[in-house]
Amino acid sequence: MTAHDGSYAAEAPPRGFAPRVSLDALRDYGVLISLVALFVALSIASSAFLTQTNLLNILDQQADLGIIACGATLVIVAGGLDLSVAAIFALAGVMACKVANETGPLLGILAGCGVGLGVGVLNGLLVTVGRMNSFIATLAMSIIVGGVALAVTGGSQVIVEDDSFRFFPQDALVSGLTRASVALVIVVTVAWFVLARTTFGRYVYAVGGNAEAARLSGIRVNVVRGATFALSGLGAGLAGVIVASRVSSATADAGAGLELTAIAAVVIGGTSIAGGEGAIWRTVVGVLFLALVGNGFNLLGVDPLYERVVTGALIVLAVSIDAWARRRRS
Amino acid sequence: MSAPRGSTSSGPYVELRGISKRFGGVQALSDVSLTIARGSIHALVGENGAGKSTLGKILAGGIQHDAGELIVGGRAVRYRSPHDALVDGVTIIAQELALVPQRTVLENVFLGVESRTLGVVDRRALLRRYERLVERSGFALPPSMPAGALRLADQQKLEIMRAIARDARLIVMDEPTAGLATDEAKKLFADIRRLQADGVTIVYVSHFLDEVLSLADTVTVLRDGCHVRTAPAAGETRDSLIGSMLGRPLTTVFPPKAPPPPDAPAVLSVRGLVRGRVVRGVDLDVRAGEIVGMAGLIGSGRSEVARAIYGADHRDAGAISVCGRRVDPRSPRHAARAGISLLPESRKHDGLVMLRSGVENITLPHLDGLSRAHVVAPRRQRGAAAQMGARVGLRAGRERAPVFTLSGGNQQKVLFAKALMHEPRLLIADEPTRGVDVGAKEAIYELIVSLAAAGMGVLLISSELEEVLGLAHRVLVMREGRLVGAFADGEATEGNVMSAAFGAVAEGRSR
Repeated sequence: MTAHDGSYAAEAPPRGFAPRVSLDALRDYGVLISLVALFVALSIASSAFLTQTNLLNILDQQADLGIIACGATLVIVAGGLDLSVAAIFALAGVMACKVANETGPLLGILAGCGVGLGVGVLNGLLVTVGRMNSFIATLAMSIIVGGVALAVTGGSQVIVEDDSFRFFPQDALVSGLTRASVALVIVVTVAWFVLARTTFGRYVYAVGGNAEAARLSGIRVNVVRGATFALSGLGAGLAGVIVASRVSSATADAGAGLELTAIAAVVIGGTSIAGGEGAIWRTVVGVLFLALVGNGFNLLGVDPLYERVVTGALIVLAVSIDAWARRRRS
Repeated sequence: MSAPRGSTSSGPYVELRGISKRFGGVQALSDVSLTIARGSIHALVGENGAGKSTLGKILAGGIQHDAGELIVGGRAVRYRSPHDALVDGVTIIAQELALVPQRTVLENVFLGVESRTLGVVDRRALLRRYERLVERSGFALPPSMPAGALRLADQQKLEIMRAIARDARLIVMDEPTAGLATDEAKKLFADIRRLQADGVTIVYVSHFLDEVLSLADTVTVLRDGCHVRTAPAAGETRDSLIGSMLGRPLTTVFPPKAPPPPDAPAVLSVRGLVRGRVVRGVDLDVRAGEIVGMAGLIGSGRSEVARAIYGADHRDAGAISVCGRRVDPRSPRHAARAGISLLPESRKHDGLVMLRSGVENITLPHLDGLSRAHVVAPRRQRGAAAQMGARVGLRAGRERAPVFTLSGGNQQKVLFAKALMHEPRLLIADEPTRGVDVGAKEAIYELIVSLAAAGMGVLLISSELEEVLGLAHRVLVMREGRLVGAFADGEATEGNVMSAAFGAVAEGRSR
C-alpha cells in the first residue's frame, strides 16, 4: 500500500462513531419518537388515557398480537413470511378447548401450543425441504389449517365448562398485570434474547441477509429458516390458547386478519421486509404504536373506520422510508 | 484482423468535459475530459475500479454525473434515465444483460417500443419488423424462443438487436466478451465492425487488452477515476497500456516467491473429481506452503473444482484427502471442519452479508467458539474480529462498519479475515483480487505469500494471468473441465499457459 492509500482515507468513517445522517436516524428511531409523541399527545387529549387501568388494558389486549408479531419478526428477519399464523391461532384455540373438554384443562393448553408448533414445523419443511416460496406455502397452509378448524368445530363455538381452563383470566395477577400480559413480557424477552444474543439469532440475520454466504460459512440454512417458522407457529399457538382460555371458548374463524396486522406491526417498527435487518424492540414499538392509534380513536370518539386508513398510511410511510434508505446505500 | 481504422470516423460525436462522480466516500471519476469521434470504436481500459463502467453508465443515462458537461451531437445533455439517453440514440449493453429471461426473443427485442393498436400489441406487425431487423443485423434468432433459453452469446446478439431496433447511434458495450468462448468473441468482433460500417459509434469497455488493440480505433486509459490519455489504438501496445493503467512497470507488483521445501507434505490431494459435465476427472495436490495457481478461461471449470472440494456443490465422484486423511466434504460445514477454507468468487453474492458489520461477517462461521451455551460473547466476538482484521491489514475500527460502506479492497480483507480465522490447512482463493484497487491488490498478494510461508497450502484461482504467474509456485491449467497443463515455476509463461487454456486452436486472445 503505497501511493494508493489515499483512496482508503476518502472512505466514510465507520458508523457508530460519527453521528448518523438524518435519513438513517429517521429510519432507526423515527418510529420510537413517533410513539413517544403519540403517547404524550393522547395523555394531553384524553383524561382517560393516562390511567393505570387503560394502560394495563392496552397491554392485556395486545398479548396475542404481540406474541404473534415476535414470531413474525424472526421469520421476516430470516427472509421469509408467515401468513398462516391467524389460522394456527384459531385451530390452536379450538384444539385447546376440545382437548380440555375430553381430558383436562392443562392438557388442552399444551395441545393448543403443540398444534401451533406442529403446523409451524410443517411450514418450515415446506419452505426448506420442499423449496416452496414461503408466501405461497404459508398461504396454502393457512387455508388447510382454517379448513381443519372448521371441520373440527363443525362451524360452531366450542365452550369449555371447567373453570380451571381459564388459565389466563382477565383479572390482575401481579401489580395489575394479567397473566396474558406477563406471558407477553416473557415471550418478548425470550425473543429479544434469542435474536440479539444467541448464535441462532446471528444466523437468522445472516440467512436473511445473504443465504448463500451463510451456507458457505457452514451455517445450516434450512435448519435456521425452518426453526423460525416453527417458533412462529408455536407463538401463534400460544396466542390462540391465551385468547381461548380468556373466554373459555373458541371458534374456527377467530383471529381473522391477525397475520396481516402482525406483519404490519413488524414493518411499522422498522424491520425490513427484505430480511436481514430488524429487531424485537422494533416490533414491540410497532405493536404499541398500532395499539395507541386504536386506543386513541376509541377514547377520542373518532369513527373507528378511519383507524384502518391511518394504519394503512403508517405502513406506506414505514416501507417507503425503508426503501429509500435501502436505495441510497446500493 | 485490423479494423477499418479511421475510415468512417468523422468529427466529434460525444464530448466529456470535466466529468466527476462520487459514490458515497469513493471518487469514482474525477475531472474526466475526452472526445469520442462519430462512427469510431472507442475503447475504455483500466484496472478494476478505474471508472470505466461508471463512465459508460453516465453516457447511457444509468447514473448521473455530479459535475462537468456531457455533450452529445453538439448539445449539452444530462440524461436522467436510460430512456432519456435512448431518445438521443445512446444505449448500453451492460455486463449483466438486461433481458427478461421468461419472455420471448421477440418481446425482448421490442420491449417498450412495441407496435400497438389502441394499446394492444400487434404481434404480426412486430414479426414483420423483426424480419427487417434480422436482415439489417444479420442475426437470425428464433423469435419465439424464451430469451433465458439462449446461450450467452446469443443473448448478447439479442441485446445488440434491441439496440438497433431502437435506432441507437452510440452503443456502450461493457465487457461484452466476458464469458464468451474464443470463436464467439471473434464473431462478436465481426458484428461490432458491421455496426461501425453502419455508422454506429461504439464505446467498448474491456479488460482484454489484445481485444482492444485489434478492435478499437481509439483507446482511453483511466486510472483511479482519472483520465490518463486518449490515443489512436494503432500507436499502443499491451505493455504501453498496462504501464499507463498501473502507473508503473508490471514487475514491481508481486512479492518475492518462497517455494516450499521439496519434502513438504501434501495438505490437499484430489483424485478423479467429477461433477456433471463441468468437472470431468481432476487430480491435483497442494503441498504445505505451496501456492498452486489455477488458470483457464471463464467456464473452464475452475470455480466448480473449488466449490466441489469445499462441499459447496455436490460432487459425483472423487476422493479428497486433507493432510493424508480421507475427508468427504458434503457441505461447507464438513469442509471447514476438515481444515479447508474457501474465499468465494463473488463476495457480494457468496461471501458477505452486506448489511451486517465486518465483526459479524468475520466471526459468522466461528460463533460456536465465541459463545457459551449458544449465547454470543460480544466482547470476545469484537476482539477476535479486530485481531483477524489486523492480521489481514484492515485498518483498526473498519471492521465495526457495515460491510456495504467499505471499499472493495476492504470488503475483500473482511472476507480473508473470515476465511482465515479457524486457521485452515488449505485456503482456496477464487478470484481473490476481483474488483479491488491496485493498492489493496498488493496487500492481498503479500497476505497470500505470507500465509504460504507460514505453511498453509493455497489453491489460487484467477482470471488475471499475471496474478497466477506472479504468485504461484506451480500453475495448473484447466480447459473444458479437465486439467490440460501443469507448469513448474520456471516453465510457466503467459504463452504456454494461454495455449494450454485455449487448446489446439489457441490464438492471441489472452485474458
